[in-house]
Amino acid sequence: MAEAPPDAARIASEARDRVRFEEEALALSDQVYRVARHLANSREEAEDLVQETYARAFRSWRSFTPGTNLRAWLLRILTNLNIDRGRRSQRAPQTTPLEANDYYLYDKLAERDGVASDEEKVVERLSQDDIVSALSAVPHDFRDAIVLVDIGDFSYADAAQILDIPIGTVMSRLHRGRRILKRELADSVTEDAS
Amino acid sequence: MKDAQQDPCAHCEEMMQPYLDHILTEAERVEAELHLDDCEWCRRRYRFEESLRIYVRQAVSEPMPSGLKAKLAALRIPLN
Repeated sequence: MAEAPPDAARIASEARDRVRFEEEALALSDQVYRVARHLANSREEAEDLVQETYARAFRSWRSFTPGTNLRAWLLRILTNLNIDRGRRSQRAPQTTPLEANDYYLYDKLAERDGVASDEEKVVERLSQDDIVSALSAVPHDFRDAIVLVDIGDFSYADAAQILDIPIGTVMSRLHRGRRILKRELADSVTEDAS
Repeated sequence: MKDAQQDPCAHCEEMMQPYLDHILTEAERVEAELHLDDCEWCRRRYRFEESLRIYVRQAVSEPMPSGLKAKLAALRIPLN
């Protein structure tokens, strides 16, 4: 037989599609990890979650629509796994998290060390550790919005789809989350000084 | 809200996040920029916020642990 039977052609074509899907997904793994690292509570959890996400993605690759946002699709799997496995150590606490006005952090830094000619220098008064621990102190619902939009560069629409919440909720959580983050940073600065 | 109506800097502070996110209406954007042109106090705080966003992103970005990529590649379903 000169030509392969139609079935073999279909199988070969599907195999090519699957290999292409796997390669495209693997090429995004750095970016997926970067976001996962702060959606999860620790490096170890992030690493587990990314592995579970890829295992599931490879099994259910047929449900991905080519041409749509693969990174958002992977993150959707990851956030669902994160919630399903109870990896979120707590829901947003019952008490309203501390939140200050938007200028509060700058005012605190200027009050402590004076005004600098360049605002970047004022930012550098915060250490990397200050920022990592302040971010982890932001309650999950707010942190998820910051991590996806400000760190992961997802659009509001993609973040809304990943988190399964309305776009308006993404925006309000993002705005409040940044205020909570700045309040946490201001607190860490005040603690360092005392 | 009353404060923000009376105090242009408090109003400018409320517009800072939506301004930097480019989600203000055209009229609001013009209003914010008119105030910023005249107010160094607010201008500094806007610049600080811009720098802070960049700085936070850099500070929290960790490279993927070595070996994880190979583990992920090993999860691929083998071709029969």
